[in-house]
Amino acid sequence: MRRLIVAATAALTVLGGAASAQESIKIGYIDPLSGGGASVGEGGLKTFQYLADELNAKGGILGHKVEIVPLDNKTNPQESLVQAQKAVDAGVHYITQGNGSSVGAALEDFVTKHNSRNPGKEVLYFNYAAVDPSMTNEKCSYWHFRWDANSDIKMEALTNYMKGQPSIKKVYLINMDYSFGQSVRAAARKMLGEKRSDIQVVGDELHPMLKVTDFSPYIAKIKAAGADTVVTGNWGQDFALLLKAAADAGLKVNWYTYYAGGAGGPTAIKQTGLENQVFQISEGVPNSGNKAAMDFEKDFRAKTGISVWYPRAVNEMRMFKAAAEKANSIDPVKVAAALEGMKFDVFDGGEGFMRKDDHQFFQPIYISSFGSLADKAKEPFDEENTGWGWHIVSKIDTAQTMLPTTCNMKRP
Amino acid sequence: MAELIVISTLNGVLFGMLLFLLSSGLTVIFSMMGVLNFAHASFYMLGAFFGYQLTRWIGFWPALVIAPLLVGVVGMGVERYGLRNTHKHGHVAELLLTFGLAFAIEEIVSMIWGKSPVDYRVPAVLDFPAFTVFSTNYPAYKIFMLVVSVVIFIALLVTLKRTRVGLIVQAALTHPSMVGHLGHNVGRVFMLVFGVGSALAGLAGVIAGPSLVTQSDMAAYLGPILFVVIVFGGLGSLPGAFIASLLIGLIQTFAVALNGSLASVFGPLDPSLGPSPLTDIWNVTIAQIAPILPYLLLVLVLIFRPMGLLGTRES
Repeated sequence: MRRLIVAATAALTVLGGAASAQESIKIGYIDPLSGGGASVGEGGLKTFQYLADELNAKGGILGHKVEIVPLDNKTNPQESLVQAQKAVDAGVHYITQGNGSSVGAALEDFVTKHNSRNPGKEVLYFNYAAVDPSMTNEKCSYWHFRWDANSDIKMEALTNYMKGQPSIKKVYLINMDYSFGQSVRAAARKMLGEKRSDIQVVGDELHPMLKVTDFSPYIAKIKAAGADTVVTGNWGQDFALLLKAAADAGLKVNWYTYYAGGAGGPTAIKQTGLENQVFQISEGVPNSGNKAAMDFEKDFRAKTGISVWYPRAVNEMRMFKAAAEKANSIDPVKVAAALEGMKFDVFDGGEGFMRKDDHQFFQPIYISSFGSLADKAKEPFDEENTGWGWHIVSKIDTAQTMLPTTCNMKRP
Repeated sequence: MAELIVISTLNGVLFGMLLFLLSSGLTVIFSMMGVLNFAHASFYMLGAFFGYQLTRWIGFWPALVIAPLLVGVVGMGVERYGLRNTHKHGHVAELLLTFGLAFAIEEIVSMIWGKSPVDYRVPAVLDFPAFTVFSTNYPAYKIFMLVVSVVIFIALLVTLKRTRVGLIVQAALTHPSMVGHLGHNVGRVFMLVFGVGSALAGLAGVIAGPSLVTQSDMAAYLGPILFVVIVFGGLGSLPGAFIASLLIGLIQTFAVALNGSLASVFGPLDPSLGPSPLTDIWNVTIAQIAPILPYLLLVLVLIFRPMGLLGTRES
């Protein structure tokens, strides 16, 4: 009997060893799963889980299964650090985050410090949406990689488009009161001033982040200022509720936005009745005309019930696989080295690359407007069952999105 | 400017009336029973989620009646099986019980309905602009909220001050044994009062849910400001809560509408000083500090008039 137990134990140990050789790659997803940011955070989680399933169906990354570990940070930098430590303690070597540059900056600092103190246990931070420019400029880190165009790049493209719209005379800026919102307002003021000095900035508002439940007072102010155009970097509930209040009050202006496509946004735009007056800048559009992307979109919607808000997350995960295969290793240090300067064919077509100097990914970006879809065969995707969808009004090629960086990268 | 004033006043009154609807239940419970109910905002959240669920099953109008009743039943249960047992240990025990309850309700709600917002919409009958001032529309639903709040205020005031029921309820607070000797069941009176207070919070939830955001942390957003309202108005005073709600609603909306900062009054700082925490303070606008103004008010009221605007007691 005893011998049997010993044998069984030995067998189990061997099996256990075999299992750990094929250990899964855990990706710590640190984003809001409760609170004001939860609607977008849960969408992001579904996206990453879908992408992990996609990779696993094709054998994972170098034979390792990819596993997403959801960690709720309540859009709070302090809480994010607790979650990041928790993830690291659980054996996570890759973390990904997107919602809130306040959180992003904290995580960037966390990985930098952690990696310098724990050589051999490095952690990489894959950023899919925190776009404060400072993260790839003065605060840049070797261990951070960003797949979303930073706020300045987006504003550059947006203002280039606005330059050609003579009807814009009075612009109102409304943004969330934290690093990202502040960088949007600063860039908008500077770039609009340079490109169209005749445009008047009639208001410049910062409101508390993810705390406002009724935007009516802000809408009253926009109206009183006589604005014809609003520029906003608001996301998640802060965008949806802003537009909802605008719809209720009957505010008729053009909206130039970063994140109109997120949860609740399209429904609120439809309510305003502002057809083709709400613009969004993004690295992908559901009705892009790219066959592979549109097939992906169809399957994604069927399985998750949401749209592909984050084509950049698709790029991130696929490029992660490509980099690991190039390095022939899932060791974060080797993957990081492989990612530097790597070229990649992006989700909606065209080539992007991860700039070595600052770890900012450059890719074609699109300005699209939201309205009814004329040709259902060419533009099959509407949003949130509104019957309206995004169509491209302008495409900016990778080369035109390049902005200089002040990053002084410290390499290990 | 006239436009901004008129519209901000309207917005302020609308928000103020919602605050009143919420604080009325809290203040009724406090004035009758002396219990500061920390879980009040959680009952409001329960009301919103019950309202959402019942609207899906049987429509908005039945939900408007049934959801507050359900919340009232939950409230009575809490009083009967929770507060009544802790009552003998004093107010601190009661306070702690409601405090814990608030967390428990939040967790239960997020377990059942998830943590992200649910799709709770304004009923189609009320989804139209009621009137237009200065080319700004006012949604009929907000006017509906206003009307409900006013009706509740009047009904409560009349019941408490002019009816026999109100008389017994008030007497039960100050002279419980006397009321008991007169043949009234004091325990049941307290239970009913707590139930009515909770039901009022539930009602506020049902009608505020579609207008604001129905999600599991909505209690945490509104909870703190409720205490500002009832402390400011005077603990336990219904007219005080009414005035305080309106004032806080107006202060918050007008603060958002104002752009003034120290820099705009005294001119920008000398650039040679460079960026520092001082420049941040110098340039911050009233609009940016709007969310903390009510709490500032709370502190000032506690220092200079601890009984609040119309309060009668010193605690």
